[in-house]
Amino acid sequence: MLSQESLKQIDREVAKYPAEQKQSAVMAALAIAQTEKGWLSTETIDDVAAYLGMPPVAVYEVASFYNMYDLAPVGKYKITVCTNLPCALSGGVHAADYLKQKLGVGFNETTADGKFTLKEGECMGACGDAPVMLVNNVRMCSFMQPEQIDRLLGECK
Amino acid sequence: MLEIEIDGRKTEVADGSTVMDAAHKLGIFVPHFCYHKKLSIAANCRMCLVQVEKAPKPLPACATPVTNGMKVFTHSEAAVKAQKGVMEFLLINHPLDCPICDQGGECQLQDLSVGYGQSASRYQEEKRVVVNKNLGPLIATDMTRCIHCTRCVRFTQEIAGWMELGQAFRGEHAEIMPFIEKTVDSELSGNVIDLCPVGALTSKPFRFAARTWELSRRKSISPHDGLGANLIVQVKHDKVLRVLPLENEDVNECWLSDKDRYSYEALDSEQRLTKPMLKQCGEWREVDWQTALEFIGTDLKRVVREHGAASVGALASPHATLEELYLLQKFMRGAGSENVDCRLRLTDFSLDGKKVTSWLGMPVAEIQKLDRVLVVGSFLRKDHPLLAQRLRQAAKKSTHVNLLHVADDDQLIALHAKSIVAPSVLATELAGIVKAVAEAKGAPADAALAGVQPSAAVKQIAESLASGEKGAIFLGNFAQQHAQAATLHALAQKLAELTGARFGYLGEAANSVGGYLAHAVPNAAGLNASRMLAEPRKAYFVLHAEPELDCADPQQAMAALKGADLVVVMTPFKTRAIDYAHVILPIAPFTETSGTFINTEGRVQSFNAVVKPLGETRPAWKVLRVLGNLLGLAGFEQDSSEAVRAEVLGGKPSSVAERLNNRADGVAINLADVAPALQRIADVPIHFADPLARRAPSLQRTRDAAPPKARMSAATLAKLGISAGMQVKVSTTETRAGTSLGGTAIIAAQLDEGVPDGCVRVAAGHESTAGLGPMQGAITVERA
Amino acid sequence: MGALGFILNAAEGERSWRLAEYVRRGGYSALKKIINEKIPADQIVGELKKSSLRGRGGAGFPTGLKWSFMPRQFPGAKYVVCNSDEGEPGTFKDRDILRWNPHMVIEGMIIAGYAMGCQRGYNYIHGEIWDIYKRFEEALEEARAAKLLGNNILGADFSFELQAHHGYGAYICGEETALLESIEGKKGQPRFKPPFPASFGLYGKPTTINNTETFASVPYIINEGGDKFLELGKPNNGGTKLFSVSGHVNRPGNFEVPMGTPFKDLLEMAGGMRGGRKLKAVIPGGSSAPVLPVDVIMECTLDYDSIAKAGSMLGSGAVIVMDETTCMVKALERLSYFYFEESCGQCTPCREGTGWLYRVVHRIEHGEGRPEDLDLLNSVTDNIMGRTICALGDAASMPVKSFIKHFGTEFEYHIQNKKCLVPEDVQRAGSGFFKAA
Ligand SMILES: Cc1cc2nc3c(=O)[nH]c(=O)nc-3n(C[C@H](O)[C@H](O)[C@H](O)COP(=O)(O)O)c2cc1C
Ligand code: SF4
Ligand code: FES
Repeated sequence: MLSQESLKQIDREVAKYPAEQKQSAVMAALAIAQTEKGWLSTETIDDVAAYLGMPPVAVYEVASFYNMYDLAPVGKYKITVCTNLPCALSGGVHAADYLKQKLGVGFNETTADGKFTLKEGECMGACGDAPVMLVNNVRMCSFMQPEQIDRLLGECK
Repeated sequence: MLEIEIDGRKTEVADGSTVMDAAHKLGIFVPHFCYHKKLSIAANCRMCLVQVEKAPKPLPACATPVTNGMKVFTHSEAAVKAQKGVMEFLLINHPLDCPICDQGGECQLQDLSVGYGQSASRYQEEKRVVVNKNLGPLIATDMTRCIHCTRCVRFTQEIAGWMELGQAFRGEHAEIMPFIEKTVDSELSGNVIDLCPVGALTSKPFRFAARTWELSRRKSISPHDGLGANLIVQVKHDKVLRVLPLENEDVNECWLSDKDRYSYEALDSEQRLTKPMLKQCGEWREVDWQTALEFIGTDLKRVVREHGAASVGALASPHATLEELYLLQKFMRGAGSENVDCRLRLTDFSLDGKKVTSWLGMPVAEIQKLDRVLVVGSFLRKDHPLLAQRLRQAAKKSTHVNLLHVADDDQLIALHAKSIVAPSVLATELAGIVKAVAEAKGAPADAALAGVQPSAAVKQIAESLASGEKGAIFLGNFAQQHAQAATLHALAQKLAELTGARFGYLGEAANSVGGYLAHAVPNAAGLNASRMLAEPRKAYFVLHAEPELDCADPQQAMAALKGADLVVVMTPFKTRAIDYAHVILPIAPFTETSGTFINTEGRVQSFNAVVKPLGETRPAWKVLRVLGNLLGLAGFEQDSSEAVRAEVLGGKPSSVAERLNNRADGVAINLADVAPALQRIADVPIHFADPLARRAPSLQRTRDAAPPKARMSAATLAKLGISAGMQVKVSTTETRAGTSLGGTAIIAAQLDEGVPDGCVRVAAGHESTAGLGPMQGAITVERA
Repeated sequence: MGALGFILNAAEGERSWRLAEYVRRGGYSALKKIINEKIPADQIVGELKKSSLRGRGGAGFPTGLKWSFMPRQFPGAKYVVCNSDEGEPGTFKDRDILRWNPHMVIEGMIIAGYAMGCQRGYNYIHGEIWDIYKRFEEALEEARAAKLLGNNILGADFSFELQAHHGYGAYICGEETALLESIEGKKGQPRFKPPFPASFGLYGKPTTINNTETFASVPYIINEGGDKFLELGKPNNGGTKLFSVSGHVNRPGNFEVPMGTPFKDLLEMAGGMRGGRKLKAVIPGGSSAPVLPVDVIMECTLDYDSIAKAGSMLGSGAVIVMDETTCMVKALERLSYFYFEESCGQCTPCREGTGWLYRVVHRIEHGEGRPEDLDLLNSVTDNIMGRTICALGDAASMPVKSFIKHFGTEFEYHIQNKKCLVPEDVQRAGSGFFKAA
């Protein structure tokens, strides 16, 4: 079950849309649920579906369509690195390789201590700041040269 | 109207038509996969690309609206190039496993690839593999074959009413699937197999049973609900291997319910009876027909001689054919008894004598044209899957579908308003609607309704009905079986008069209407099904029925049958008749005899046998004719079922609607609420409703066939001190007409907020609850 | 941060995005003008037409014309939707607009609502720029508190509600009908058109969708007049435009320059080529636009017409600069992977074709190319282009076609020699595709 606080946040999202269009809040609801639970389990998806009155498979379609939802557990810090061409031209792949080496994991893997999960991302709309990475879907980090990466990893307690 | 020219041929189509519509009108075939006339337009397969004059790109015929003066080329070089390009894409990830694919021979992809494919693939990369999904006992999957047309997804959303399949993930990773660990549980699920243009979704029971070209295709009629869906029965070596819909826009459209589709499995059941059986000196023996029939003739004569002809009664299933029902009643009446009935679950017979034939009151195909509908007392979706489907489509447009019922099951219909009440106040609630409408229309007040206070829900329904132009009031199975059925009838009739609506019944069984026309109901001198059992007879003839599961009060039925001198049961199966019968005769199920069902709208649908009778099975009409001869009765010379039909219907009309009647005048309205402390609500779940469905193994593995529970609201559970999941002993203890109708069953309690407080829903038609007495009235529940 | 125009003029400090600062810069004066002077809707649309503002989301469709498609007398709801789902590789301008000047977008959307008689609007913001989404929500709160949103805006008989909706990682939601599906709480799968959003849009109601930058241009046009906006640029290409410059330049970033600015000048503003290396190729309008080799791009001015004439598209104004150290096969492989991953999977040619394209380019890059592969790639793109529901199919095809067209020798070299034409050490020194040594 989702916490009261999460449900309150979902209610706020539902209010953004016309009364008969509750389903519009599903993306936000899944994001809120994921923030609370860490990832979207079958049970959590069922809960969101029930809360919004949607068929569970319709919620699953959404959860599996958008990259930022995690359908399996991830580490405490999920770091997504953009390796798309514009970033790659300015060290995006390099930054990813540096991270892989530092953390000792590849893309879609989690460190043994469960702290970090590394993901390859597509364009985040911040190519001018390359290399860029996104931490836990919410924190965009720009100009991530090795030095900055080291600092970021240090901050992640 | 818009003018369009396709491949040099001109036609006119209505505004809003697509190029595909226009092509259909001209009989021009445009290749396609995702397009389906009953589903929304997805335009995702791109197979239907055609060249349109002045358009820079090829356009999908299925989604492109016709504009006036449009010129389309479906086979030009540009069109064919586009179509071939799409075909190549469809095939790159499709396994080339046609030789082992169940769809082989009836695969749209295979068919079209012959015309549009290339001989060698230019795709040299690794092919995609998709894991299979468990969709339940009815549908097998081979998801690697899926071409993502999304027809199945759209079917569950749009036709079945609840999205049970989706397309998860995206791009090349997209997969058609149910939600994790869920199955497809719709009562219409099997239709996705027909819709799937490739072999991704196939029939699980049929899997690997045969190659499609080995099967012969024969027409038939579904023997289940009152719709009479049209079937294609596929047969190999005198065995039914598969059932598909025969498209009939006026009846089942292109759909079948799962019961229609899969009940054939019962034909092959181990419980099939293959020889007549006779009980002599307490021992069952297989005998030949001659012995069995002669025994019956002799013993019947003895009973009549000793106890009089009125001591004989006949109970028939409304799933029997017109010919069978007709000859049964003719035989009974010939033998001197008026006691014959095929309405085994009814309890209120006070409409008898008023020439009511309980039919739909209108053509099925006009349901979608109604603007206001009230359904009273119906487990709609499970009792009438395809009529419910029509109402679902109507509700999506602008029809108000209202429901007055005793259980709040999700009908997957966008209901306009509903009222869910206990059975004891169902009539009062309906009276509330009548009263509210009468007040709104300024009609004179009816004295019988003086004390009625319309509830808020009922007022909303009344408003809806009063504001319509083309309405209909339908009584469902539950209403017909209700102890106040006549009152419900009178009220519904009144409501229809007040609102100018049609009035009808959602016919319970394949031949509910046929039973009336065949006179398989008693006249004034005879006893109805209920009285035949309450006032036990000395001899009974049972046709196609299983009284222990099919009667309004199984315990009473068993008591009466066990006490009789002679019980003759005609059935395709080894039923519990073993416990009470003296003779059991193996008679043909619908696939092994010719016959006729008259559906709920009065459509006369005759069919032929599709296979030879199993073992020594005989068509019941022939058996009855021979019995007539044995007794030396006149009028038993028919040499074909057609001759019997002609005798009943006076020829071969396609419809008998003009002979049908729902109108009954002078029916007393009785609103007395005699509610017991705890009332039983008994539904007859979809796959428990008749002997065939009960014996179809795959159907019995569905969720719909889960064993009955004692379903109650939280308040009722609390009041009884019971918690959900607990095993409970439910008992019916009512005493009526001097007979004790007691009985018990031990089942699990279940929370169901859709059951009104003070009621317990315990399904009938199932072995585990057959120990209970009446389907209605008082019930007690205690910890087991 | 690059050169400042009327949109990016706000990029000057942590508070500059606030309502008070925006008002101080003259913000919301266009809305006030409309309301105080009771300017009729037709006149607003007329002004837009005069301005020759073309949609900044990529297709360059004339905005005034688009607005005029909305049904006037319509009984139910109508919607304005802003497309801030910027995810086209190379494009990062909307992020800066929303970061520095969210109220300019809000004002533009309110004016749009007024001009088209819409009661509600949504801004769909790319999920990855979460801080920007949060900021936009805050800006909305400010506007609501100041009665710039809600009922009877500025006392007029006009009400408009505006909400932010966030994406969650799907490039395809930038396509306008996929975006609408996404707001409706579904997968972002594009719809077949017709019907167009102006007749069947959000929740099936008439809807106008514009890019963030498009809306941001509206207040200026109202304040200064369409003619003035047009004069900023060149005929048929009105206004200034944001160009997102990325890749091998010294100072990547956004530059707001007049339409028609020579490419050379933009390159200079971006600090010239990194490490003083030689320019090899430029993708001028986001990853979907055909690549142009150095000699062609150096002759272009930055406007729809010039770039189109050169055989590419101005698109979203995302200028991806590649120098001589770039292996074009590797560059295309990465782009093809992107389209393969981002195809929504709905329609056959794109779902099946993007994977095919990627796998063949991948093979070539990994030394497993075959002589017939280039013809095959061209033929597969022919079978995708123009046959799909949305333009992603074309977007995936155009890079393939243009890379082969202009840099065919590199591909042939790869196929024949199973290695890059640009030596590895040269690549290592430049593009950063490789693991640190
Ligand atoms: C695959 C694809 C991605 C797109 N992505 C964006 C985008 O990120 N932002 C955007 O404004 N328009 C994008 N568009 C264009 C939109 O569909 C639409 O044309 C645009 O938002 C209209 O706004 P405008 O007229 O102001 O340009 C995309 C189109 C396609 C086919
Ligand atoms: S072209 Fe691609 S992204 Fe667009 S609808 Fe088709 S599959 Fe989806
Ligand atoms: S039938 Fe038209 S696109 Fe599939």
